Amino acid sequence: MGNFYTDNDDIQFLFRHLNLEKVAGLQEENFKHAGQFDIAPANADEAITNYDMVLDSIGRLSADFIDPRSEGIDREGNTLNEDGTVTYAKGIAESMEALAKADVMGFTLPHRFGGLNFPCLIYSMAIEIVSRADASLMNIFGLQGIAETINFFADEEIKQHYLPDFADGKVTGAMVLTEPDAGSDLQACNLRAFQDDDGNWLLHGVKRFITNGCGEVLLVLSRSEERTGGLGLSLFVCDRGPTVTVRRLEDKLGIHGSPTCELFFDNTPCQLIGERQRGLVTYVMSLMNGARIGIAGQSMGLAEATYRIARDYAASREQFGVPIEKLPAVRDMVIDMKTRIEAGRTLLYETGWIVDHEIGLNKIIDNAEDKDTKKAAKKELKFIKRLGGMMTPMSKYFCSEMSNTVSYDAIQVLGGSGYMRDYACERYARDARITTIYEGTSQLQVVAAVRGVCGGTCEKYLVQLAAREYADSVQDLVALLKEGTETLLECAKFAKGQGIDYMDLYGRQLVDIAIALIDGYLFCGQASSKVDMEVAVADNGDAEVPKTIPMTQRKEILARRYVTRNATLIKKLSEEILSGDKTTFKDYEALIGPVPEIA
Amino acid sequence: MGYNCVVLVKQVPDTKRVTGQAMNDDGTVNRAALPAIFNPEDLNSLELALDIKDQFGGTVTVMTMGLPTATDVLRAGMYRGADQAILVTDRRCAASDTLATSYILSCGVKKLNPDIVLCGRQAIDGDTAQVGPQLAEKLSMPQITYAENLVSLDGETIVIKRNLGNGWQEVKGQLPVLLTVLDTANEPRVPRAKQMMKCKAARCRMEVEKAAKEDDSIDVDAVCSDLEAKGLLIRQWDLDFLGADMQWCGRDGSPTKVHRIQSVVLAAKESKEVEPTQDAVETMVHELIEDHTIG
Repeated sequence: MGNFYTDNDDIQFLFRHLNLEKVAGLQEENFKHAGQFDIAPANADEAITNYDMVLDSIGRLSADFIDPRSEGIDREGNTLNEDGTVTYAKGIAESMEALAKADVMGFTLPHRFGGLNFPCLIYSMAIEIVSRADASLMNIFGLQGIAETINFFADEEIKQHYLPDFADGKVTGAMVLTEPDAGSDLQACNLRAFQDDDGNWLLHGVKRFITNGCGEVLLVLSRSEERTGGLGLSLFVCDRGPTVTVRRLEDKLGIHGSPTCELFFDNTPCQLIGERQRGLVTYVMSLMNGARIGIAGQSMGLAEATYRIARDYAASREQFGVPIEKLPAVRDMVIDMKTRIEAGRTLLYETGWIVDHEIGLNKIIDNAEDKDTKKAAKKELKFIKRLGGMMTPMSKYFCSEMSNTVSYDAIQVLGGSGYMRDYACERYARDARITTIYEGTSQLQVVAAVRGVCGGTCEKYLVQLAAREYADSVQDLVALLKEGTETLLECAKFAKGQGIDYMDLYGRQLVDIAIALIDGYLFCGQASSKVDMEVAVADNGDAEVPKTIPMTQRKEILARRYVTRNATLIKKLSEEILSGDKTTFKDYEALIGPVPEIA
Repeated sequence: MGYNCVVLVKQVPDTKRVTGQAMNDDGTVNRAALPAIFNPEDLNSLELALDIKDQFGGTVTVMTMGLPTATDVLRAGMYRGADQAILVTDRRCAASDTLATSYILSCGVKKLNPDIVLCGRQAIDGDTAQVGPQLAEKLSMPQITYAENLVSLDGETIVIKRNLGNGWQEVKGQLPVLLTVLDTANEPRVPRAKQMMKCKAARCRMEVEKAAKEDDSIDVDAVCSDLEAKGLLIRQWDLDFLGADMQWCGRDGSPTKVHRIQSVVLAAKESKEVEPTQDAVETMVHELIEDHTIG
């Protein structure tokens, strides 16, 4: 009887450390639904109890039910039938049914549609937990942003039609965006939306690489206007009826349980979501931000899963007469894996918290009756929105890259055994590979995040972080972080001065410095936490070593290693940025030569 | 048509997590050292009952005998979809062995007039597997033990596939019937999020009274009627309500007498090499029989 929620000390700690009271109050709009719906909490304590109970239940389901099926799912995959329908792998179908029975398919949907009305932060935790059991299942469990997009932007009639079924787990959805010639650049979408004589909308064309394209409810980005570019696109919702065929199921490197479909729409009846022309610029942007947080959560789950195998192996595998974790190189790798995982989780949860804050402020602006409250919320929202716009791509970038590094290192720790299919590490590495690609590549996340790093948002946020209260034990680290902030500002100013192309060229370095500083402050905050929690120390046979230490002490050790090591890294990265080296632009042709012939 | 099922559940110490502190000096279980859990096979019997309800309709009632702290397992039953929960609690139940327990439970079950009574095969604390069969006798119901699958159910009769360890057997029985269910029968469902959020507030009267002792503002009657209106009052039945005959309850009703409890610590002390010859092996087997290790 395992539990992927309760067996994770870091999640347990962060659940208590983060200010969930505030998140719960915003999410439940000051608990105004209590009494109106029998599951709506009456206060923050009750809401937090609800979050804890549901995560506990998902933790058990993930460990005992989903995880044992994951290997079979990877080997079996999904099947495309002759009639253009898809049959899920047995384990996926069973796990989806179990998740629906557990009432967790309407995680963030409002109470009135039968959802749990949980915040994004708690959803990120749930996605990590489920992904640790089976990353490919996340592509269905973690696609609840589709229902959320309908909730945010569609007419009431459409909401009433679709949302209760989503909440009950009777239907799943797909974000139908990508086309053969429109991947990262969605402005190039060509699938047509047109109206018949009665004004009904119909869809015609092809979409490719559609995750869960065999789902029942499809959100389709289509060209509804004569004009080119993003403003010619609108968002539509349709049912996957007889006019929608799955033409092809992709044969992929990883996430075999997630069906990736090519869809053909043959004059499919559909309904417009919100207003024409806002499809890409407003609705899909919002949808993608939610999905990016989902991918960050998926990456976390994968990294945690593979790290645990590597950690176990490092302790039990003996070479040269000792467990390999006694060897310096292996020791270092294991600590780095663990540190990266905690850095990713810290960044992701902070992002979840900020996104919840943004959603909560929007609710206040929509519903508050007195002008002053509205005005104050609008003022606060301005910065929070920009911060969310920076932190979301940052988290997606960091967590997905991290899961790739960690899953490769895990194989390295296992050596030859890691390369074999006897251990799940090779599967985790294959599954992790997509995370830096879909929902926007790492390169595009950096482009999105670097605007915030060089545009003042990051500076303001770092000033806020520096102003928080920290324990005496980490004041020297806070001083180092302040120095690092000065360096970052200098680099940002220089890069901006060199022009947009230069800023993008050194975007990765700029964003990496920003993340090192943000996570550094957040780790110092964790080391200063009021949460009283003891964590176990590894037993190395030395009776002098305590069996447990306070989590705050452990986090201080972590913060110290992280911040001091990053101080050197920041120096190196800043030298690269400040070098003014533009050879990438001017010497490309000479260095690369002509395009090679491929046989 | 629907069937009314009663599932008898038990809160037990988690004996899979036995540590050095698991036993008190007097040989009794140190319940503080072991977390209290839902007896695993009772979850399988609950799952079978919920499955019957899902397929045919009807109701599922969870019942347990124990202290008010045992309501944890009743709530856990409600989280999974049980319609009502009953706590049989009375100081005079203390020290009941399996015979007395089955008598007391039979008094409770009779009040509900069920079509199907379900028990786990056995509880992991005592491992006797006696309560289910004894209960069936006291209820004068046919019993089908080691149930693994529901083959059919049609108004009057039930067909169950039993797993006997060395083979399977299909048994047809007349309703009302009592089943004891194996852990291989199914994979118990997890709690439903919405049921948890709603039913976490479910309490029995004694729990409300206890809270009222610490908080003067709690009006026990008002709280209980509010819980009842929301379907969240855990029914609390004592032996008087059950009309139980005291001579069959508690210590008086329990013929089991514990003679002695011994703490056995298994540790490898020494090893002995035995030559792979017929004689050496025979000598070893003889020695093992002598010291009662085998035989």
